[in-house]
Amino acid sequence: MYRSNVLVCGGTGCTSSNSLTIVNKLKEEIKRMGLQDEVNVITTGCFGLCALGPIMVVYPEGSFYSMVKVDDIPEIVEEHLLKGRIVTRLLYQETVENDTIKSLNKTAFYEKQKRVALRNCGVIDPEKIDDYIAQDGYAALGKVLTEMTPEDVIQTILDSGLRGRGGAGFPTGLKWKFAAANDADQKYVCCNADEGDPGAFMDRSVLEGDPHAVLEAMAIAGYAIGASQGYIYVRAEYPIAVKRLQIAISQAHEYGLLGEDIFGTGFNFDIKLRLGAGAFVCGEETSLMTSIEGKRGEPRPRPPFPAVKGLYQKPTILNNVETYANIAQIILKGADWFASMGTEKSKGTKVFALGGKINHTGLVEIPMGTTLREIVFEIGGGIPNGKKFKAAQTGGPSGGCIPEEHLDVPIDYDNLLAIGSMMGSGGLIVMDEDNCMVDVAKFFLEFTVDESCGKCTPCRIGTKRLLEMLEKITNGQGTMEMIDEMEELCYYIKANSLCGLGQTAPNPVLSTLRYFKDEYISHIVDKKCPAVVCKNLLEFTIDKDKCIGCGMCARKCPASAIAVTDYTAPGKKKPAYAIDTEKCVKCGACMDTCKFKAISKG
Amino acid sequence: MQKKISTIPFAGTPEQEAKLKEAIARNIDDPGAVMPVLQEAQEIYGYLPIEVQKMVAEGLNVPLEEVYGVSTFYSQFALSPKGKYNISVCLGTACYVKGSGDILNKLSEELGIEAEECTPDGQFSLTACRCIGACGLAPVITVNDDVYGRLTVDDVPYIINKYKKA
Repeated sequence: MYRSNVLVCGGTGCTSSNSLTIVNKLKEEIKRMGLQDEVNVITTGCFGLCALGPIMVVYPEGSFYSMVKVDDIPEIVEEHLLKGRIVTRLLYQETVENDTIKSLNKTAFYEKQKRVALRNCGVIDPEKIDDYIAQDGYAALGKVLTEMTPEDVIQTILDSGLRGRGGAGFPTGLKWKFAAANDADQKYVCCNADEGDPGAFMDRSVLEGDPHAVLEAMAIAGYAIGASQGYIYVRAEYPIAVKRLQIAISQAHEYGLLGEDIFGTGFNFDIKLRLGAGAFVCGEETSLMTSIEGKRGEPRPRPPFPAVKGLYQKPTILNNVETYANIAQIILKGADWFASMGTEKSKGTKVFALGGKINHTGLVEIPMGTTLREIVFEIGGGIPNGKKFKAAQTGGPSGGCIPEEHLDVPIDYDNLLAIGSMMGSGGLIVMDEDNCMVDVAKFFLEFTVDESCGKCTPCRIGTKRLLEMLEKITNGQGTMEMIDEMEELCYYIKANSLCGLGQTAPNPVLSTLRYFKDEYISHIVDKKCPAVVCKNLLEFTIDKDKCIGCGMCARKCPASAIAVTDYTAPGKKKPAYAIDTEKCVKCGACMDTCKFKAISKG
Repeated sequence: MQKKISTIPFAGTPEQEAKLKEAIARNIDDPGAVMPVLQEAQEIYGYLPIEVQKMVAEGLNVPLEEVYGVSTFYSQFALSPKGKYNISVCLGTACYVKGSGDILNKLSEELGIEAEECTPDGQFSLTACRCIGACGLAPVITVNDDVYGRLTVDDVPYIINKYKKA
């Protein structure tokens, strides 16, 4: 038994800010103080509060040290771990209140959260199967194999109301039921860990923080539908997740929890890892299966649905990482427990990755039905630098931008669709007044044009034409007719594309047209970008009363667009300079050069 | 994304070829072997010149067009060699709204190359990458395995200089 446990986050966010160096330094200092038999250092998965990384928590006190530096470690070890004096100065300041330290669960970021899928993230060492078992790990698999029939399992999942967490929200139990109903000599259970939405990292965090939860759920699914082989398709961009999955699979084999005759029941189930190679379309189910087969990841028409003909033409189910992370809990605590959380049609919790212009960037898990306002302003701590909220983007390149007027809509699958966005996998990017919504739409279209696989024409050519129109608008060559043309094209692409990528690709354009049409009109009619983002619509001007006439900007200007005038401001010795906007190439070199902040853009 | 095909002559060593043959032998019974083998081949050679793709096709007994089809479909497979230091700029949404586009432009200006290119001396290559998941540190770039987060345009020259000296 150790007297103290020090948990250090080993997720991607914190390791990127050197948390592993901190672990090494901690171990070194602990040894130097002779505490190695009293203090245990554990590398865990993500705590969620990535903005404050690297994160370190000391138990039993529960002291939450944030933005820890290697140089702070000797002080923390000597003062806190040796002498028992918490280094208050280095704690997350929200946990410090008038010299007393409050529990992490009482801080704004954690108080409204409810952790089901993330319950073990930041709690256990993901590289130790015993840690997972100590948290009731593999108990659900044991229960399923020894006490339940496959039909019971499917009924429980159906009753829980769990819907797929990867995007469209199809009922998980129903998917399993369809696949179970098809007889075949071989069936497959696949896990979609190809988290391609830019700005979404919840699946990565589950894999890094609690990989066994996914393995256990896949084995349960295998039992339910009658499959003996599973595949996890994971992004190669997630090296830590891949490594921890490999460790988890080999440990589960060692313990007899994967492989042959699991729990002595005669049930066999094995899991293989497949690495993606950077293709967004492979998040679509039929593409993902084609990619597992080693081919170009192009989608195929449905029907036949994967439950009938999926991987290698055999009945297959595919669920997302977060969906699987809920399964064991539903089996152990019952369908009613799960269905008691959330809204009428969306049960349970949802993990969101908060990013963009928000104070508490990180991972949050909230019951369905929480409002966007609570997420952004309470849990997320609002917008930095006193800026004004403009929109929240959910659903990545398939989703839309939600404006301020809809901040109080309770979040669930159906409500998000109704306001022109979608749940998607759970990326939530906050934008403030400095973000141009036309530019954001263009950004997503650039992404989908790049990632369109090219198989079907509406998506391959349609998205390209849409992007060209957006480029014209942001270059100041747009016309009002373009708005109608774009809308028409959007509906055409949605209706005629082969797979989910094309069917949802126009959503960023449609939702920004719906809520931010005035910004499009400013670009087209006034040739102005209200958020001062679109470079070709900018105009640089010199404030003639601030200009001291040094001429630095004129010397730097690559287009010789700056010349001296005959105006000398009161109190200045030399005449001011001015920019010829006709000649200006809008490079911004003058503005960077001016030491007197006399040049502005707008 | 349009792939840039290298014009630099292929220079593989017998050791690399032995490693590739071993990878092929290990995967040959797997019906979906093309992708895992190409991933290993890229680890071995750093990129996938046509000579390597031919070896993979012959080794796995699949048509070269299928191998070429796969290597050009996925963005991670590179047909041009990378520089000694490969700089990846994250253009995920969280990084983009915090200005990673400007960071990419600055890098491109300082290095004198566009994204997906390599400097003539082979020192630096520049890529625009998809979300690496370190959104808490946005905007983020990686130089080989080193991660730099919470960047501003002004940090760019210092980072490049650090590697120029190294």
